[in-house]
Amino acid sequence: MKRFLPFAIIALVLLGAILLGWMLIGSQGPGTAPKAPESSGPVVPPGAQPPHVRGDVNAPVTLEEYGDFQCPPCGLLYPELKKIESEYGSRLRVIFRERPLMPMHANALPAARAAEAAGLQGRFWEMHDKLYENQKAWSDLADARPVFTDYARSLGLDVDRFTRDLDGPAVETRIFLDGTRAHALGIEGTPTVYINNRPAPFPAFMTVEGLRPLINNALNGTGP
Amino acid sequence: MSADLRRRSVWPYALAAIVSLVGLGDSIYLTIEHITGQSVRCTVIAGCSEVLGSSYAVVAGIPLAAVGAAAYFGVFSLATLAAFGYRHAGTLLALLVVIMFLMTLWVLYLQAFVIHHFCQFCLLSALVTFVLTGLVVAQRRLRAA
Repeated sequence: MKRFLPFAIIALVLLGAILLGWMLIGSQGPGTAPKAPESSGPVVPPGAQPPHVRGDVNAPVTLEEYGDFQCPPCGLLYPELKKIESEYGSRLRVIFRERPLMPMHANALPAARAAEAAGLQGRFWEMHDKLYENQKAWSDLADARPVFTDYARSLGLDVDRFTRDLDGPAVETRIFLDGTRAHALGIEGTPTVYINNRPAPFPAFMTVEGLRPLINNALNGTGP
Repeated sequence: MSADLRRRSVWPYALAAIVSLVGLGDSIYLTIEHITGQSVRCTVIAGCSEVLGSSYAVVAGIPLAAVGAAAYFGVFSLATLAAFGYRHAGTLLALLVVIMFLMTLWVLYLQAFVIHHFCQFCLLSALVTFVLTGLVVAQRRLRAA
């Protein structure tokens, strides 16, 4: 009996390891996390109002992204979203919500502030695009704010106002409100995407090819 | 070897088997993160996506974490067999732990000087390997005594 005992223990641990892996895969399946805003439980805050929207306000499909301007995968998603927006035209609108991952990305919060400060002058999306298109140029800087000010200047913004707004309460409140919504939804990673209020599976939404069926399902009313 | 000495030289094996379970659980978690694609996303857990999403996280198409899981399972099996007195299990265990120790040094170097980010789950794995190395050394010294 004692001869077989070590092998029985090893077999038991192997079984436990397989079970653990199976449980972990199950817990990370699409749709389990993050939550859907309409799911039962505490009411999900609306986030900053009005949200930053690109596309037709009456579009049947709404894609809501929670992004961090310094996050490389968010930078990879950016051109894919551009392509899908032009492909679906008036049938799709895109909302961007701030989810700067601090302290991991030291320049994420200043970048979010820069985008929101530009938004106060009606140029959020222009700054959003500039930040993602030049992500590598400012991500590792010790102080990225002068670069953001240059972007503001190149976009024709009132630079004095932009500089004041960077640390102003309006910008801070918007980022905070988006943060409360993201927190309530259990969003701990970026990018996170919702299509018609339903969480889109990661990493399927990272490419046009992956996004297309999700949006088509939403158009057909069968969910992402 | 006296019965007392044999008992004394067995405890490092028993402890190694228990400690390896921590490494096994950790590396299974990392493997699943890799397989489900979560490792390429930025998360609130600092540094992990940079490390796990890097090209160094895959060796010949196999996630490094999966190799780690296999290694920890190997350590558990060999330590259990050695604790039950199987003759060559102790030697094989020492050999496996030395390879894991060298791999851990390489992975730590990559995190510090190439990727410039540390993943706390990878650091936990490194700690487990260092403890295993210490236990193997302790067992060898006990046996030599």
